[in-house]
Amino acid sequence: MKAFAELYAALDETTKTNAKIAALRAYLEKAQPEDAVWAVHFLIGRRPKRLLESRKLAQWAIEEAAVPDWLFGDCYHAVGDFAETIALLLPPAGTSSELPLHYWVQERLLPLREADDDTRRAWLIEAWRSMDERQRFAWNKLITGEFRVGVSQSLVVRAIAEVSGASPEAVAHQLMGEWQPTPSFWRQLAAAPGSAAESDGGLGRPYPFCLAYPLDGEVENLGDIQEWQMEWKWDGIRAQLIRRGGRTFIWSRGEELMTGRFPELEALGALLPEGIAIDGEVMPWRGDAPLPFAQMQRRIGRKVLGARILAEVPVVLVGFDLLEFESQDVRERPLKWRRAQLEAIAPPESALVLSPLVHAGSWDELRQLRQQSRERHVEGFMLKRLNSAYRVGRRRGDWWKWKIEPYSVDAVLIYAQPGNGRRASLFTDYTFGIWEDGRLVPFAKAYSGLSDEEIRQVDAFVRRNTIETFGPVHHVKPELVFELAFEGIQRSSRHRSGIAVRFPRMARWRHDKRPEDADTIETIRALLP
Amino acid sequence: MPLLELRDEGLYCAPGGFYIDPWGPVDRAVITHAHPDRARPGSKSYLTSNDGEALLRMRLGPQAVIQAVAYGESLTLGEARVTAYPAGHMLGSAQIRIEHAGEVWVFSGDYKLASDSTCAGWEPAPCDVFVTEATFGLPIFRWPSAGEVRDSIHAWWRANQQAGRASLLFANPLGKAQRLLALIDSALGPIFVHEEIERVNQIYRARGVQLAGARLGDGEKGWAGALVLAPPEAHASAWAKRFGTASTALASGWMRIRGTRRRRSLDRGFVLSDHADWSGLLSAVEASGAESVWVVSGFRGPMVRWLAEHGRRSISVDTRFGEAEP
Ligand SMILES: [Zn+2]
Repeated sequence: MKAFAELYAALDETTKTNAKIAALRAYLEKAQPEDAVWAVHFLIGRRPKRLLESRKLAQWAIEEAAVPDWLFGDCYHAVGDFAETIALLLPPAGTSSELPLHYWVQERLLPLREADDDTRRAWLIEAWRSMDERQRFAWNKLITGEFRVGVSQSLVVRAIAEVSGASPEAVAHQLMGEWQPTPSFWRQLAAAPGSAAESDGGLGRPYPFCLAYPLDGEVENLGDIQEWQMEWKWDGIRAQLIRRGGRTFIWSRGEELMTGRFPELEALGALLPEGIAIDGEVMPWRGDAPLPFAQMQRRIGRKVLGARILAEVPVVLVGFDLLEFESQDVRERPLKWRRAQLEAIAPPESALVLSPLVHAGSWDELRQLRQQSRERHVEGFMLKRLNSAYRVGRRRGDWWKWKIEPYSVDAVLIYAQPGNGRRASLFTDYTFGIWEDGRLVPFAKAYSGLSDEEIRQVDAFVRRNTIETFGPVHHVKPELVFELAFEGIQRSSRHRSGIAVRFPRMARWRHDKRPEDADTIETIRALLP
Repeated sequence: MPLLELRDEGLYCAPGGFYIDPWGPVDRAVITHAHPDRARPGSKSYLTSNDGEALLRMRLGPQAVIQAVAYGESLTLGEARVTAYPAGHMLGSAQIRIEHAGEVWVFSGDYKLASDSTCAGWEPAPCDVFVTEATFGLPIFRWPSAGEVRDSIHAWWRANQQAGRASLLFANPLGKAQRLLALIDSALGPIFVHEEIERVNQIYRARGVQLAGARLGDGEKGWAGALVLAPPEAHASAWAKRFGTASTALASGWMRIRGTRRRRSLDRGFVLSDHADWSGLLSAVEASGAESVWVVSGFRGPMVRWLAEHGRRSISVDTRFGEAEP
C-alpha cells in the first residue's frame, strides 16, 4: 500500500505526461505481480461493484473523527471530494501500513461487500488507524470507486509497453474486455512480445477503438478528395460486434458488454461468419432511416425489454469497419480493403446496415452535401483516408470528424452558482441572458468550455459583483459576454425566453464585447427551424 | 455597551472614535497589519505597530499620516485604552486590545500560533469579547509542522536540481515569502526573489530580520538548480516564461485541499499558512477566556455553530476581510 499510495501521490503531483509515465514505470518495475495487476486494474478506471453505501462510510468516518454530521457536510462542501474529506478529517495518523496493495484489496476491500455492518466498520477503522494520510486517501478512493488520478488509459498502456517491450497496441488490446486481475494476467501482460499466450478469458475481447479528431482548418488541406472515404457521422452508441467461438459479443466504447441489451444484434451475430469483429454505431432505426436518439434513450433506460419497446424502437448496427476477418487481426490492412470485405460478409436485409458512402467530386460539393446533416439526423461527416490502417485511440491524420457548425450566440452572464463535487468551492454553473425589450432574459445554462484559469477569473468576478443572492444563486452585474455554442434549438413553453437549446457550452469569452453587444431574442428566433 | 459596531466603512469603536481595518475612508483607522484587505488607503490618520509602520507606509504612500506604537504600550484614544499585542501573522501584525468602562475586547486581526522567526510571536490576550478570523475554520485544516514543510520543499528543490530544472515557488509576497526565506536552507543552491518580494525584504531587513535571497536581475541566465520565489500572480505569466520548464509550487494553507492545487495547474502544493488552523483558532478562543466571540472572516458559519455548541456565545459578522488573500 505504501508504494501504491506513493504512486498515487506522484501521479497527482505532476501535470507533465513524461513524469507520470516515469512514475508508473518505476512502480510497475518494482511491484510484485499480484500488486501490479491491481494497480493497473484501478488506474485504467475499473472499479469493484459498489462495496457499501457512502452514507455508512461517512457515518463511521464521522465517529472516528469525532465531528458532528453538519460539520462533515461543511467540510465536504469545501473539499468537494468524499474520499479526500474523510482522509483530511480523520485523527492524525501515527503510523503507515507496510502491507501490500493486494492484501488490502483482496482481504479487506472486496470482502466489504458481503460483510455485515459491524465487520465493515471494524475493518474500515482498522485500515484507517494503520495507514498514513496518503494511504488513507488512496484507500478511500478505492472504496468509493472514484479512483481518477489524471492518468488516461493510454498513459498506463504506454507505461506497461515500456516495461514489457510490447507495442502499445498489443497492450491496449489485452486490456480490453474482461480479464481477471490475477498475477498470471500481469505476467502475460508484462511478458516480452511473442511469448504471451492467448488466454481463454480473451475469447470475446474487443479491439481498442479508433477515435477521430475534429477537423481543424479547411477541409481542402486534406488534399485530394479521391484519397478519402466519406461517411455521415451517426449519433448512436459506438460499438464492436465480435463473433468468435460461435458466440456473439457487443462491446461499448466504455468496454461495457452490452450483448444482452440488443437481441437484434445477437441474432445478427448468428448470421455472420466465424472470427470477425465489426466496428459501428448502434442506432435506433426504422425502414432505411434513423429514429431520433431520444427514442434510443427510452430503450436504454429499461432493465427488461418488453416486446412493445423492441417493436417500437428496433436497433441496427450501422457498420463501418472490419477489424478481424477469418479470425485474423486485419487492422493493418488499408481501409479500402476492410470496407470491401465488410460489404462482402454483410447479410442482406439484416440488422447490419452498411454505413452509406457519400460521393462527391470535390470538397466544395461535399460542403454542399453537409448542409443536409441536420435533416438527416447526423452530426456531419467522417472523413477517413482510404489507404489507412485502423489505429488505436485518438490519432491525428487519418480519421477526421467534420461536424456541422454548432449554432452560436453571444450572451451575458447574469447568474452564477457553485458547482458540484470538486468544483463546489468555485462558481462554475452559469446562466446567460439575451436581450428582450431592453432587458436581459435568461436564455441558457452552461457549465463547460472554460479553462481552469478562466473559471477562476469568472469566480473572482462573481464574488466581487454579486448584486443579490437567492440561496446558492448569485445574481451578478451584467458585464461579461460569452459566445455560447449549442447543437439544436427549438421552441419551449417551459423557458422564459420561449426557446430551448441542446448542449449549450461556452465557446469563447468575448472580452472584446460589451453586454449591449450581446444577441437579442429576435436574432435567436431567426435560428428556429 | 458594545465596544465595536458594524458600520458602512467598517468596524467602529464608538468610545474610542476609531475604526479597525476599515474598508471605507474614515478619520481615524487602527490597522492590524499591512495586507491589502486590512490596510486600505484614503483615511485621514492611521495607527499601527512599530514593526508594521514601514510596511503600512509602503502600502499607503508617503503622504499618509501614520502613528506607530510599540507592542504592549497603551494609548488613550477618546475614552478607550488601546494596546497592540503581537498576532504572529507577519512582521508588525497586531491584535488590538480595547478597554473601556471595565470591559475588554480584543480584535485579533489575522493570526497564527505557530512560531515564525520573521515576526513577534502570537500572545494570548484575555478579554470579554474576542473578535476572530476563521480563514481556515474547518477541521480539515490541520497544519504540518514548519519543519516538515521545510523538508518537503528541500526534497522538491533537490529533485528539480537533479533534473536540471528551476524550482518556481509562489507565495504571498508580504509575509509568507519572508517566512519561507527564513525557513529554507540557502546552502542548497542559489535563491532568487521577484522584485515585489525584494521590496518587502528590504523593509524586513531594516527591522533586523535576516533573510536570504538575491534580487532577480534581468541579465541572469541558467536557472536550472535555482529556487525562485515569486508572487502567485506571476504563475503562467510572461515573466515566468524565462525559467523554461520549471517545476511550479505554491505555499499556502489552501494547498491542504487537492482540488485547489490542481485547479491552478501547479506541480506541488506546500501546506504553509500564516493563519491559524482549526485547532489553532479554537486554542486562541479558549486562551482569550472570552464570554462571547465575533467571527469576522473565512468559514464563519461553521466556526460560530461549533462555538455555540460548545457553550460560547458567538456571532458571525459580515465584513470585507479576507477578500484579497491568495
Ligand atoms: Zn493577513
